[in-house]
Amino acid sequence: MDNLDQLVVEAETAFAAALDGTQLEQVKARFLGKAGSLTERLKKLGALPAEERRMAGAEINRAKGAIEAALEARRAALRGARLQEQLAAEALDVTLPGRGTGNGGLHPVSRTQERVEALFRSIGFVVADGPEIETDWHNFTALNTPENHPARSMHDTFYLEGRDDVMLRTHTSPVQIRAMMEHVRHYAGEQTMADVRVIAPGRVYRVDSDATHSPMFHQVEGLWVGENVSFADLKGVVADFLRKFFESEDLRVRFRPSFFPFTEPSAEIDVAFMSGALEGSWLEIAGCGMVHPNVLRFGGIDPERYTGFAFGMGLDRLTMLRYGVNDLRLFFEGDLRFLSQFR
Amino acid sequence: MQFSEQWLRSLVNPELDSAALSHLLTMAGLEVEASDPVAADFSGVVVATIVSTEKHPSADKLKVCKVDAGHGELLQIVCGAPNAEAGMKVPLAKVGAQLPGIAIKAAKLRGVESCGMLCSARELGLSADHAGLLALPEDAVPGADLRALLSLDDIAHTIKLTPNRSDCLSLSGVARELAALTGAPLTLPEIVAVAPSIDDRRAVVLDAPAACPRYCGRIVRGVNARADSPAWMKQRLERSGVRSISALVDVTNYVMLELGQPLHIFDDSKLSGAIHVRFPREGESVLLLNEQTVQPAADTLLIADEARPLALGGIMGGEDSGVTLDTVDVFLEGAFFTPEAIAGRARVYGFTSDASHRYERGVDFELPARAIERATRLILDICGGAAGPVVEALAAEQLPARLPVRVRPARARRVLGIDLPDDVMVALLESVHLTVARDAQGLVVTPPSFRFDIEIEEDLIEEIARLHGYEAIPALPPKGTMAMLECTESARTGWSVRRSLAARDYQEVINYAFVDAAWERDLCANAHPIRLANPIASQMSVMRTSLIPGLIANLAENRKHQHARVRVFEAGRCFERAVEGAPVSGYDQPLKLAALAAGTAQPEQWGAPHRAVDFYDVKSDVEALLGTREFSCVAHAHPALHPGRSAAIIVDGRVIGVVGEVHPVWVERYDLGSAPVVFELDLDAVVQAGVPAYREFSRMPVVARDLALVVDLGQAAEAVLDVLRGTAPQIVRSISLFDVYHGRGIDPEKKSLAFRVLMQDTQRTLEDAEVDAAIAVIVRGAESALGARLRG
Repeated sequence: MDNLDQLVVEAETAFAAALDGTQLEQVKARFLGKAGSLTERLKKLGALPAEERRMAGAEINRAKGAIEAALEARRAALRGARLQEQLAAEALDVTLPGRGTGNGGLHPVSRTQERVEALFRSIGFVVADGPEIETDWHNFTALNTPENHPARSMHDTFYLEGRDDVMLRTHTSPVQIRAMMEHVRHYAGEQTMADVRVIAPGRVYRVDSDATHSPMFHQVEGLWVGENVSFADLKGVVADFLRKFFESEDLRVRFRPSFFPFTEPSAEIDVAFMSGALEGSWLEIAGCGMVHPNVLRFGGIDPERYTGFAFGMGLDRLTMLRYGVNDLRLFFEGDLRFLSQFR
Repeated sequence: MQFSEQWLRSLVNPELDSAALSHLLTMAGLEVEASDPVAADFSGVVVATIVSTEKHPSADKLKVCKVDAGHGELLQIVCGAPNAEAGMKVPLAKVGAQLPGIAIKAAKLRGVESCGMLCSARELGLSADHAGLLALPEDAVPGADLRALLSLDDIAHTIKLTPNRSDCLSLSGVARELAALTGAPLTLPEIVAVAPSIDDRRAVVLDAPAACPRYCGRIVRGVNARADSPAWMKQRLERSGVRSISALVDVTNYVMLELGQPLHIFDDSKLSGAIHVRFPREGESVLLLNEQTVQPAADTLLIADEARPLALGGIMGGEDSGVTLDTVDVFLEGAFFTPEAIAGRARVYGFTSDASHRYERGVDFELPARAIERATRLILDICGGAAGPVVEALAAEQLPARLPVRVRPARARRVLGIDLPDDVMVALLESVHLTVARDAQGLVVTPPSFRFDIEIEEDLIEEIARLHGYEAIPALPPKGTMAMLECTESARTGWSVRRSLAARDYQEVINYAFVDAAWERDLCANAHPIRLANPIASQMSVMRTSLIPGLIANLAENRKHQHARVRVFEAGRCFERAVEGAPVSGYDQPLKLAALAAGTAQPEQWGAPHRAVDFYDVKSDVEALLGTREFSCVAHAHPALHPGRSAAIIVDGRVIGVVGEVHPVWVERYDLGSAPVVFELDLDAVVQAGVPAYREFSRMPVVARDLALVVDLGQAAEAVLDVLRGTAPQIVRSISLFDVYHGRGIDPEKKSLAFRVLMQDTQRTLEDAEVDAAIAVIVRGAESALGARLRG
């Protein structure tokens, strides 16, 4: 039987020497083919006595099994090698850039506006919109701004040729009036009225142009009117907003007395960052206050029953502080070297 | 308003340092905008007398001075100042002194020893004056410390007052406020009436008592107008931003700063007869102190005598009646003009003045006579002379009323959100000189004559909040009834639309809504745009009706700095005249969305061939924006666009915008390189979105057949598809165009359109015969409707 073992070793050696599938199949024939060594031996079994034949048969089959296993192993190895070769040949330069279209982006002021809207929506403020050519009544009169107030002079307000009762709105505050009137209409005849909770972002216009003033810029107006809305609520909402907007829980926020025709008490809001380039200094960021009773009346709301607060902030200013932009004019020049930084 | 801190501290001196003081004022609504030390931070500078000067042996422009610095021995100083001369008192920075940026050491200048430096005002950070040495008062004692001598440890504060706080437009007003805030005692200057020593008087007639209900005047004779203003007065004026002019003028400015009452001083010899306070007559004009001649408008108040107009009342004095250095007799004016009579008037003539600034906000109407007494005292002390009696013309019923205002403490608590006791409110209000009484409904508060901002309950609530301190009011988390906000699917937000354009490689821009009239005329065929009455520039003078011109300008600008591939979009309002118009009558103000693509279709890259962006690239962006909604494109003429390469976009029978290539004329005119492609859509139409509705779908096999039809070259593909879809039998599920061919093998006047037709039944597998029959029906339809033939 020794030579059977030797035959297996011989087959393994021969298989290993085969370098591809074709060679392997040829070598296989030497051992397992019709004229192969094992087949020859099996043929000779018939000549043996029955007892010996059974044992010799088993031995030969065991050798056959071993040779077949060796063959299969060699086949798998060759397949694997072939696959490896193919994969190597197919390898790409994975460092080449991806193919296809690029990405644009939103304007930085839009990024701000989108976040401002999202933050206020999260506490139930509806986003409202208003016309940019606005009536004198909505822009001034209903906001308690008297006839000879400086803001109404040609120096600050863009008027249209041929009409003295309309102008380009100088602030987003007229949306307060529109929102209150709409709200009151909606609840006409009912015993109670839900709170008015509105923000109104948009473009506003003033006759002013230098590094810190643009004749067109952006504001967001906020208004909350209800049966028990207080100055303390105003402070809470605005401070919360500013901290969330700047993602800075240690942002310092202060309210100091100021004056606007449409709010009383009125406040300017300053912020101070605790880190970064602007660390430490107080920066004016918004005006706000309790809605003036005359303004509530113009909006159709009884100031005895309802109180409310309003605030207005510059979206451009928020954007400049957020991204460290130092020149307001960049926002309106359409320069892709600037805008493409906000993708 | 600017003022000297030392001056303020002479009236009220709380135990606060400068920084704390300015913080306190700011937090009380008197915003301190700037606090500038009046001198630089220096030390070791003393008074020195120049004893002698000699020319420097080796430098023409230098002098060798011997100076007496008060310690016996003379010091030798080399100095280049042209005004250095013996006998002069000047500042000496001694060896060891620290000046801004320099430490003074003994040194040799061109070979001559110099033991210190004589200083100009600029070298000490006092002013920009560097013409020569700072001349010190003759009575200054050599060796005295300069900071103490000139009281340089002072700060000039500038406060930005809100228009309601005219009562703080004076040192007394700020001091009153500071005393209320700190509790420190207030010591306002004592005003003692000057007894008249002559009986000369000039009559005053109030012809417009509603505009000027009070006018006080006084003659002072025999003044020396050439007298020097005292140093302390000059110093206070200068540190309050007022230039010293002459003793008489300085006194009026000083009293105005001190008390808040604007005063005017006439040369009495230039007046004739009684003073009239009246409105102008036709054709009158006044030469003002600023050398401007104005023809006063009908509502501008004049001060006149019996011969002529003299001054604009409450605004500015006249040049011809003002005091000069030769003036001997003066007539002092202190009046009350109502804010309504002054507001906005000066601005009409293109200036403002300290007087008009105060009067239009409100000046204490009980102040004029007291201010005249104060000014008289100062004039007599400085310029000498003899004063007549104060003449007052008064229309008492026209003075502002100071009606009591009621504040309900409960209401104040509710509005402010704090639990402040009534007694505390009373104390706060009384601290600023409001008179408080109580009745059943609350506190009844009467404001003093200097407060013009207390008329309604809210004014008092504000006062309570301000004096209590905004910082003492808590920031509370808001409470309210909760209700979900709308979150519509049938109308997207503008943000989702913008984001999808950004994802298709467009960068958002924001352009001005006012544009060049030429853009409107050329690119929008708008010859009658909405014009601004007061544009800041001619190229920003009309309201835009389209966003496209702005995008074209963005392209042109960016091309100037080597950005040839530009893809930009804007969402914003446009403005058109409309007979009705809402919400503002006369105008439609639709929100539009427009984009422009220029340059290569894709960013330059290694893996794709370069190709210029074309109509179909941008049309595909429009298709993406409109999503599953059906729309059609119809050839359309637009003044900005190539007539053969532009289309109107129609949704539900309504034109919602345009898409097309920019007209070659404008490409050349605006130097745009290759033709950009643009679209503009109504944003309201774009945000509409279909809400998906599930339909049963067939699970049977799909049969696909391709079909090439030869049609006229000019035949619109969309019309062919409409015909095919219109004639297709039930089993046809979809027909789509997959190839357009024009060239060899086809009549040059024709083109071949290849369609893939997908067919499917809902219940069973289709048989070949049915499929063939369906295709035959479609082909016949195309043949008869369009003269198409099947390509062989």
